[in-house]
Amino acid sequence: MIEIRFHGRGGQGAVIASKILAYAYFLDGKSSQAFPTFGAERRGAPVAAFVRADDKFINVRSPIANPDYVIVMAGKLAETVDVTSGIKENGLVIINSDKPASYYSFEEKCSIKTINVNEIALKHKLGSPIMPIINLPILGIFAKLSSSVSIESLKKAAPKFVPVKVEENIDALVEAYDLA
Amino acid sequence: MQKDMLLGSEAIAEGVKLARPKIIPAYPITPQTHIIEVLSEMTANGELDATFIRVESELSAAAAAMGASQAGVRTFTATSSHGLALMHEVLHWIVGARLPVVLVNANRAIGSPWNIWTDQTDSMTQRDLGWLQVYCETAQEALDTILQAFYIAEKIQLPFMVMIDGFILSHTLEEVLIPSQDEADEFLPPYKPEYFLDTNNPMSFGAAAKGDIFYLLRKSIEETMEGSFDYIDEAHKRFEKIFKRRYGLIDTYLLDDAEIVFVVAGALVGTTKVAIDTLRKNNVKAGLLKIRYFRPFPKKEIVEALKGDKKVVVFNKAVSFGSSGQITQEIKEAFYYEDKKPVLYDYVLSLGGKEVFVENIVDLANNLDNLDKFKILWRE
Repeated sequence: MIEIRFHGRGGQGAVIASKILAYAYFLDGKSSQAFPTFGAERRGAPVAAFVRADDKFINVRSPIANPDYVIVMAGKLAETVDVTSGIKENGLVIINSDKPASYYSFEEKCSIKTINVNEIALKHKLGSPIMPIINLPILGIFAKLSSSVSIESLKKAAPKFVPVKVEENIDALVEAYDLA
Repeated sequence: MQKDMLLGSEAIAEGVKLARPKIIPAYPITPQTHIIEVLSEMTANGELDATFIRVESELSAAAAAMGASQAGVRTFTATSSHGLALMHEVLHWIVGARLPVVLVNANRAIGSPWNIWTDQTDSMTQRDLGWLQVYCETAQEALDTILQAFYIAEKIQLPFMVMIDGFILSHTLEEVLIPSQDEADEFLPPYKPEYFLDTNNPMSFGAAAKGDIFYLLRKSIEETMEGSFDYIDEAHKRFEKIFKRRYGLIDTYLLDDAEIVFVVAGALVGTTKVAIDTLRKNNVKAGLLKIRYFRPFPKKEIVEALKGDKKVVVFNKAVSFGSSGQITQEIKEAFYYEDKKPVLYDYVLSLGGKEVFVENIVDLANNLDNLDKFKILWRE
């Protein structure tokens, strides 16, 4: 089983990203589930969302305490929220940030990859400079680095959950995938 | 049959659509709202030929459901928590009037303090009404149970409450097999009640009844409940034949040789199964009994499943203050006349959404002998 935890801010698209990813795993022929932390859906508040994928039906329904991957949708969150809490040894943290990986240090033993996903999103006119919508491009980066989900399935899953700017989103997804 | 990924609430809406209800009166409340949102869209875009009534409260939703069902049409509503509590008075009336309304309750705590997360207090405190009650483990089971609920409710003329854990099922995206309309129609015939409000054939319903008649009517509700097992069994067989999915009053997981058995109702079943797998790897013979039907309570099946030299941990997500967890009460009662009784632990595991992880259940099993079986057990 592969477990992914998203950290984002309310309104940033972490929950949508988790659904797109779970759906892409499903299209790849895996069993998957996606669910958010509940109740704190205020715009700007820290939120988490979870995805599990496996070869068989997933019974466990508790929040993910020991993720293989952590995706941080806003760099600042990695400084204020314990994003790597419980991450598996040699797990990977992907942070949307304009800072180098060396800027971040975590207690847990894990790899860090930073990438300025805001830039990719804005280039494709996704969201505004204050709140770029990065769910597709950051999934592109995850797909490349994890090799656990196909870019084709992500392309197919995207319009189901993001019915606007479909072309721009898929372009951003592919560009991020190629860049990572 | 088509496989897709749906939220638990969307799966329920699909199930309701396939059941072809005519009236859906509902009032929104977290975490149920998605269900009626989807249904209102379906009625607005013509996908579902039903009238969606936007009412001003859950009390009105229940009253409108009562009226609609009394007029002889298939009726659905959904609610949660405070909404279910507000419906209480009319929920009684629906039973007395023998109306086969189907209601989904997304289990959520009841305040004070304010809490939107899941426990089963809302529905457990409605257990004496005369509504049938089923607790679902997965989105698939929730969808399937909607069809079964209408089928059974209409056969026995009693209302049916289907429970899903709020958020944990309602807001989780997971794979679901969606039956085709043809398959659903084959399973669930149109609803044709014998008596209903009809201007061409005027009748009076629910007029005053003195003790003698009232007593007989109440007795007949109990007799119907007791006799409902046959109809439930028939519904399950019919369902399996068409959809190839098997359901029972209860379900078990690695139970036969189990020395420790967890009794669970709702979505916590899944997490408990994983804990059991972990325990088995460490040579602890653990197993599970899933309570699917809480009303009618399947005493016979439960006694059969739990008899022998077992330690039984009952997980309650509600408590009857001053007594014990409601599921524990029922199991104790079921064993009263049995010579050999299991050791029972009355555990209140989660209230107000307190999260349960696999290791909590594993630790509990490993620490069982230190627990007091004479008290309600609470987590540290």
